[in-house]
Amino acid sequence: MTRFVPSDDILSWGRVLRARHDVARPRWRDELPALVREGAGGGRKLLGIGLRRSYGDSGLNPDGAVIDMAGIDRAITFDPAARRFRAEAGMSFDAVLRLLVPRGFFLPVTPGTRFVTLGGAVANDVHGKNHHRTGTFGRWVRGLGLVRSDGREIELTPDDETGLFAATIGGLGLTGLIAWVEIELMPLASAMMEVETIPFGGLDEFFALAEESDAAFDYTVAWVDCLAAGEALGRGLFSRARHAASGPLAVGARRGPALPIDFPAFALNPMTVRAFNRLYYGLGRRKAGRTTVPYDRFFYPLDGIGGWNRMYGRRGLYQYQSVVPPAAARDAIKAMLAAVSASGEGSFLAVLKTFGDRPSPGMLSFPRPGTTLALDFPNRGASTLALFVRLDAIVREAGGRLYPAKDGRITAEMFRAGYPDWGDFARHVDPAFSSRFWRRVAEGEAG
Amino acid sequence: MKVIVLGATSAIAETAARLYAGEGSELLLAARHRERLDAIAADLRLRGAVRVETAVCDLSAAGAAAAFAAFVARLGGVDHVLLAYGILGDQQAGEQDLERAETTLQVNFTSAARWILAAAEMLQRQGHGSLVVLGSVAGDRGRRANYIYGAAKAGLATLVEGIAHRFGNSGPRAVIVKPGPVITPMTEGFANRRGLLWATPGTVAAVVRRAAARGGPVVYAPWFWRWIMLVIRLLPASVFNRLDL
Repeated sequence: MTRFVPSDDILSWGRVLRARHDVARPRWRDELPALVREGAGGGRKLLGIGLRRSYGDSGLNPDGAVIDMAGIDRAITFDPAARRFRAEAGMSFDAVLRLLVPRGFFLPVTPGTRFVTLGGAVANDVHGKNHHRTGTFGRWVRGLGLVRSDGREIELTPDDETGLFAATIGGLGLTGLIAWVEIELMPLASAMMEVETIPFGGLDEFFALAEESDAAFDYTVAWVDCLAAGEALGRGLFSRARHAASGPLAVGARRGPALPIDFPAFALNPMTVRAFNRLYYGLGRRKAGRTTVPYDRFFYPLDGIGGWNRMYGRRGLYQYQSVVPPAAARDAIKAMLAAVSASGEGSFLAVLKTFGDRPSPGMLSFPRPGTTLALDFPNRGASTLALFVRLDAIVREAGGRLYPAKDGRITAEMFRAGYPDWGDFARHVDPAFSSRFWRRVAEGEAG
Repeated sequence: MKVIVLGATSAIAETAARLYAGEGSELLLAARHRERLDAIAADLRLRGAVRVETAVCDLSAAGAAAAFAAFVARLGGVDHVLLAYGILGDQQAGEQDLERAETTLQVNFTSAARWILAAAEMLQRQGHGSLVVLGSVAGDRGRRANYIYGAAKAGLATLVEGIAHRFGNSGPRAVIVKPGPVITPMTEGFANRRGLLWATPGTVAAVVRRAAARGGPVVYAPWFWRWIMLVIRLLPASVFNRLDL
């Protein structure tokens, strides 16, 4: 009997593309070799998926097979003396933190949501607000298990010389099915964060704040009002933080209420987005200063609203996240914000962050030294895509690149320009594995 | 808290065991598959269980329930017993092949009844503790899609209600938890398992954990199935038999 059931409810976080997948939902690691064999049978392409927080199509495999790893989510070993933790690939960061925070450990790197799996974090080599200090998640991976379609179950460590470890870090799940992950942990003295919020009036102020703060704070990030124009262009709120030196080791709050429905299309329009941005900036200015908050409030503000992506309605949303090198950063970020402001395509969440120079082992890893800008847009079809083409030109001119985990539309040319080593990576791709993203950028398949 | 989980590799049982582990319980897990039991045991220890024992055995085998007293001895006592194993069986095949029908009845009812009676005896003797058994809404009214499985679950419900009656107000409790359809390996072949009527193992496990602590002897998971099944039970056969449920 087939373990793969046709399903039309596999969506990425952006919810733009609706497609059919044959889905398997295993619960045990011992099932994986047979599932990979079956999933890849008859020339069908296969992809492992987790909690589906990737925005675009890197986690989708339309008309192919996917193995949903969320049910393979057990802790395997924890060695506090060596600061090592090993768990099955489907375990979420939420579950990891529940286990480890009370024991005085923290994830060395975490993205802006705790509802990602360990396997997904490896596949996308995720980064956090401490990139300037710790680099990407992949730097902290000490081992992983990979199931390949030729039946091999491989254990990979950072000293692997075949290149398969480096290809799997940030490898978008294309090098095989990640079965388990072992990471090095960070010791934690308190579950509280000391946070300081500083309003800034423009990009020059942002860069000055970033330079000053990156030296003294573990975590830095900024929100930008991307609808402000002219004088106010690039105004925003800078946030910098560190773990408190002492305090309780209590686990963060549970998930709040979820959006039960898709918002109607008119809910997010240029007027409401502009109003939100103004209000958020105004409130932030008034509340600026120092506070101490639980870690989840600092790291995961949006996790408090389950399914916030449904706010963008049935047509879904795009996120556009780029990184541009330091020399070109000022001009490129300014040009992108000006292009967004001029387009009237509002973005609720515009996030700016400087990346440090700690290199990732990953061949296809997104972060590189420079400045990253992430923008969320409701999908309005052609006008939204037209803005992205203008932004692409700015990023490319600056020698930057886009984040595959967020992308659902770049051209093969744009991808290859940003990731010149993609050909080396491609040699490690498991022949049975693929995704819509990969077919677009590597095989030139039209979206 | 000392907890015995019979059928510990079931998705609902494992999720319920995680709740117990988070409370710092001591658990004995019984199931057939050693490797999987070990994986669960390692996970539960890291999730806070003070002690996890495993027992590799075929719970549905004849005479298996004789091991119940030994389980209790290994754990040094028992507070909660959760019986969570079962098979859906193939309804259509069972109609043609009586051996297969009998297997469905033997695993889901006959073998489970022996464990349940053994546990009831133990709880009665010690004067405290909770026995929670996973039944199904399928046991509330026979439907052509799954009445062999449903008959076994109906049998379990009657058995557990009887034990709850036997316990009366003497201390121990017996509860049958009746989930609606749940997204677990048991229902893997079903297309598009979503919508309001499909529950996750987490939802049902939370009901199981609560039912072990308090409430009446018959609990639906989620709660609304009580009212849906009430309506379905009240439908006259002339109407019910025309419905494609």
